[in-house]
Amino acid sequence: MRFASPFRLREIGLLGMNERNFFIARYNRRALYPLVDDKLKTKLLAEQSGLAVPKLYGVVREQHEVETMGEVLDRHDSFVIKPSRGSGGKGIKVIVGRRDDVFIKSSGEEVTRLDVTRHVSNILSGLYSLGGKPDVAMIEALVEMDPRFDGLSYEGIPDIRIIVFMGYPVMSMMRLATHASDGKANLHQGAVGVGLDLATGNSLFAVQYNRPLKLHPDTGLPLNTLAIPHWHALMCLGASCFEITGLGYLGADIVMDRHRGPLIMELNARPGLSIQIANNTGLSPRIRRVAAEAKARERSVEERVRFSMEAFGSEPPLAAAV
Amino acid sequence: MKEKLKVYVVAALLALVGLSMALYKHFALGFPLFPNEKVAVWTVESKVEFESNGAEVLVSLALPDSQQGIEIVNENFTTSGYGFTEIEQPDGTRRAQWTRREAEGRQVLYYRLQIYPAALNQAPEVTPPGPPMPPEFDSARATSASALLDEIHALSADNETFVAQLLRGLAVEPLTQNAAFLLGDDRSPQHVAETALQLLSLAGIPNRIVRGLALEDGRRRQKLVDLIEVWDGEQWQIYDPRTARAGAPRDFVIWRRGDVSLLDVEGGRESQVTFAILRSYRPARDVALSNAVDNRATLVDFSIYSLPIEEQNAFKTILLVPIGTLVVALFRILIGLRTSGTFMPILIALAFIQTTLLWGLLLFLTVVGAGLYIRFHLARLNLLLIGRISAVVTVVIGLMSGISILSYKLGLHQILTVTFFPMIILSWTIERMSILWEEEGPKEVAIQGGGSLLVATAAYLLMSNSLVAHLTFNFPELLLVQLAAILLIGQYTGYRLTELKRFRPLVENR
Repeated sequence: MRFASPFRLREIGLLGMNERNFFIARYNRRALYPLVDDKLKTKLLAEQSGLAVPKLYGVVREQHEVETMGEVLDRHDSFVIKPSRGSGGKGIKVIVGRRDDVFIKSSGEEVTRLDVTRHVSNILSGLYSLGGKPDVAMIEALVEMDPRFDGLSYEGIPDIRIIVFMGYPVMSMMRLATHASDGKANLHQGAVGVGLDLATGNSLFAVQYNRPLKLHPDTGLPLNTLAIPHWHALMCLGASCFEITGLGYLGADIVMDRHRGPLIMELNARPGLSIQIANNTGLSPRIRRVAAEAKARERSVEERVRFSMEAFGSEPPLAAAV
Repeated sequence: MKEKLKVYVVAALLALVGLSMALYKHFALGFPLFPNEKVAVWTVESKVEFESNGAEVLVSLALPDSQQGIEIVNENFTTSGYGFTEIEQPDGTRRAQWTRREAEGRQVLYYRLQIYPAALNQAPEVTPPGPPMPPEFDSARATSASALLDEIHALSADNETFVAQLLRGLAVEPLTQNAAFLLGDDRSPQHVAETALQLLSLAGIPNRIVRGLALEDGRRRQKLVDLIEVWDGEQWQIYDPRTARAGAPRDFVIWRRGDVSLLDVEGGRESQVTFAILRSYRPARDVALSNAVDNRATLVDFSIYSLPIEEQNAFKTILLVPIGTLVVALFRILIGLRTSGTFMPILIALAFIQTTLLWGLLLFLTVVGAGLYIRFHLARLNLLLIGRISAVVTVVIGLMSGISILSYKLGLHQILTVTFFPMIILSWTIERMSILWEEEGPKEVAIQGGGSLLVATAAYLLMSNSLVAHLTFNFPELLLVQLAAILLIGQYTGYRLTELKRFRPLVENR
């Protein structure tokens, strides 16, 4: 058991849990939480505002609708079924194709139509929601991974987390599921976190189990040359989440679709602190800077993103080069 | 920053009010800060004896009053065959009066009182006395008295030293010629005191006699001791003529002041009053409480002490809960320990108080462990939340009764205390732990379960501490201090201890 000196951490600008809770209490109104805790609400909200999300094919709210959802399934070859209020990626069924009346899961396993309806039934009865509360099932389009990310994530698609404070992106990282994390994207479970330069979307630093690393532990692909395409659009998408939710401190999880570009997967009103380890720097100074900035003037999404790219980037902004 | 300042100010005010109330109770009302503190309580029995000559009898005895440092309570009068009244004199002093139409032979009357050390003092009202009457001396005594006063006057600097020198001249051998002549053969303390008073009157210093009792354990057939009070211009100053020192002896109760008779007996002869003294010890807290109740101290009058005993006992436990919340706040905010449920550890700690720590831990682990095992089997039935929870509650009750019966048959009576665990809390714990197990894995269950038990143990150790129990119950105003502490912890936005470890890579990876 060795401890870091709190003064040293203060110097680095680490944001601690107590202070984060203080920010959340101050900038996130309690009444707004349901907007992000319920993925269906988030999606509808984003769609209304014209923000890109994976397309919603259908919603199953009541048990009797399970019988009639066949139509929705018939119209699409691939789709994802997920609980609206699930947590930790549980209850998500990914169908990548079909052969006659049999669906094919991402792992190649075949499932029958009955299996799918039973899964939806389970979601409705609250099997996957926190505390077992009754839930609704969402059927949405399958995100097709950008080929540039091939081999970066073990099962599933890598996502990009952006911390947005008062509408300003302040830190971001890419999360890569690994064999060790069992396909999950949580850093403490063994996923790789890659800190991204806010100016360019290029990788800055990468950690697994809090240790720095240069190569992907499963595929051996280099992590230090990672560069996220459509970076400016992605930043704008993240920053816009402030307007649609009203949450002053939020974490936006964004995925990259090969055809549609960045899409909002989900939002989080209590984003974790591990992102600081992946970036090897603290959030506090950036938050303080933005707090002063947001107080001083109102800015559009575009202007906020430009401010963040210039203020928090470590390389010249990508937008300037384009 | 402004909000923080507000918190500091509010916390400081709360702590100040709470602490000053507690200190007032300690210093002014005598509530002890530590448990098991005892104080000496004196029982004084005055015994009036006389020989009745067959006529009607009237006995009157001067009674003492509460005074500096002494609270007189629990008076009782043995009055078999006698009518009894307590008479308040015009000057505020009290007398006991026994009366009887007819009495024959030797009579014994008792007056018993208990003396508590009192912390509450009111300064007695004083009216300056007039100049003393000059004593009646024959010419020879008058001459030697003034000669003695002259000698002493030469030796003293002011009134105070004059009185001290005078008493010293009469009490300390070898006596001067004048002093020896004035006292004659009678060198008893009473006579010395009487002579001293006469001399003081001659010198024009207001004086009076004070008679009282030195409290010494196990003394019987004691007589009152004579002391002298001298007016120093502002107040009465007490002197002990035997030692010639200012101030009353320790543990001295003043029975009466001035030339008031101690005992009057009409219709009897050979009367005398003697005193027996006994010391016993009582808990300081009980004494302080009964004093405060007698004096109707507002802080005590409007407190949980005014509740019935049963409710008071309930509050003994309830007042411990804030200690538990303080521990939880400390562990979660300053240390960063994860617990399952915020206040579950407190309820577990309360149960530990009944079961004792080791048995409590053992029972808790047994019930939760067995409950978890059964809960996993219930999970296969795909029940909804309410059904699942109800099933778990039922299972827990079954487990508790099973454990109780088994332990009783085995003669392990300590295990019977398993019923003190709140079963709803146990059931919720089982439910939460099993969800946690499914969602985050057994490691997280161990972390949160262990964290909860650690916090519960820490809370238990504090709550079962006799000093803590004593302070929370006897000084409920300390709740304000606890509130202040919780406010301060609540606004702490610095790092948690666990974060210093979690974010160590941030320092190392640079």
